[in-house]
Amino acid sequence: MQSSEELPGWKDFKPGAVVTDAGSARSYKTGDWRSQRPTYDFEKCIKCGFCYLFCPEGCIHVNDDGFMEADLYHCKGCGICAHECPMHVVTMVED
Amino acid sequence: MPERTGMEVSIALSEAVKMCKTDVVSAYPITPQTHIVEHLAELVADDEMDAEFIPVESEHSALSACLGSSAVGARTFTATAGQGLELMHEVMYIASSMRLPIVMALCNRALSAPLSVWCDHGDAMSIRDTGWIQVFAENGQEVFDMTIQAFRIAEDADVLLPVVVNLDGFNLTHVVEPIILPDQEQVDRYLPEFHYPYPLHPDKPVSMGTYAPPHLYIEVKKAQDEALKNSKQIILKAWDEFRQIFGREYNPIELYCMDDADVAVMAMGSINETVSLAIDELREEGLKVGQLKLRLWRPFPHTELREVVKSLKTLIVIDRAISFGGPGGPVCSEVRSSLYEHEGMPHVIGFVTGLGGREVKTSDFKKMVRKGVEQAEKGLEEDYEIVGARE
Repeated sequence: MQSSEELPGWKDFKPGAVVTDAGSARSYKTGDWRSQRPTYDFEKCIKCGFCYLFCPEGCIHVNDDGFMEADLYHCKGCGICAHECPMHVVTMVED
Repeated sequence: MPERTGMEVSIALSEAVKMCKTDVVSAYPITPQTHIVEHLAELVADDEMDAEFIPVESEHSALSACLGSSAVGARTFTATAGQGLELMHEVMYIASSMRLPIVMALCNRALSAPLSVWCDHGDAMSIRDTGWIQVFAENGQEVFDMTIQAFRIAEDADVLLPVVVNLDGFNLTHVVEPIILPDQEQVDRYLPEFHYPYPLHPDKPVSMGTYAPPHLYIEVKKAQDEALKNSKQIILKAWDEFRQIFGREYNPIELYCMDDADVAVMAMGSINETVSLAIDELREEGLKVGQLKLRLWRPFPHTELREVVKSLKTLIVIDRAISFGGPGGPVCSEVRSSLYEHEGMPHVIGFVTGLGGREVKTSDFKKMVRKGVEQAEKGLEEDYEIVGARE
């Protein structure tokens, strides 16, 4: 969670807390819900994309080396990618 | 003197909705609100009113449709009663929290079980804390006027809250009363076009009713509470301008025979007319009794109440609803809590009566006044009594 200095006060909301910036959900850090995070053994990866397809958060992206991994700002640590990976690339560890 | 037209109050209310140039009506018919919905549907079908009438399968859908139409910036009206209001319940909070200025006519009806279609205020009390502005009308003219005022208040840029206009089922909805109908020009002068500041529009997308985690929710609720409390200033201003244009005065609490009164009866809605008759008779008998008609229920007029009761010895509060196992009728317990710990406040005695359409006569109110005074003298103000139930 952001520090209390950065958080809006009650006078900062528009009527009904209407949100006027499109795509603002992206800035919501769901990563701090996490108790486990995914780790990767990319040597086993066949780039099948199962983790990308099954991730309920849509937080898996292609890294600079062409492998798929989770964006930890949004990853909630659900472990579905680890469960679905046919090559056991992903291992969940305590965060 | 302006011309008065005899009309059923439900029809008068519908005509007010028409004169307000309402864009969208969505409602589901339920006794005793049906004549309002039928008449509005006719006005739209006959092209006398340029509005969309959205027929729906339930009250939950009716108010949900109103959310959508209000959110795009359309002037929106609905009406319901009793069980219909209960089915709308969860959407009530959404309308006020999303600050959508919908206007609702609530034709007060007792809640089941046992099944009743007749008047009491049990339905209105169930939505007490939903964040809507809530007013109670005493007669047909007030119903007409308050409907016009409701749009003006709700849509004010400093308010943006939905408004419930309460009118007693049958006792008001189905009676024919003389109504002074204004000119369209007067209504247009009083009620400017509605411009919602953040309407749903594809050219400028917004999100409404979004998710608020624990670190945001309480701030949004505080802002909503402040908005409702601050609406009182706008309501007073809207009533003052109404008086200037239409010549009729509206106050949060209306006073009758209060100048030298040391006892007063406070009530909401149409029974106030019967209370007035009782006051007249008691005055003839030499009792210094007055009447306080509570018109503005939310936001509750605390300062106005303390001002008008400070010279009283006894205040008798009439409720048409029960708070089962609670501290008395809802109006009485709020009045007590509003006066508590303030210097020189009267004894407050509560009576619950007129439930499920039971007639309350002038003689009944006279008995309540005498009994209330006696109870106050004995210091029994903590008690409340359900009046009219046979042993």
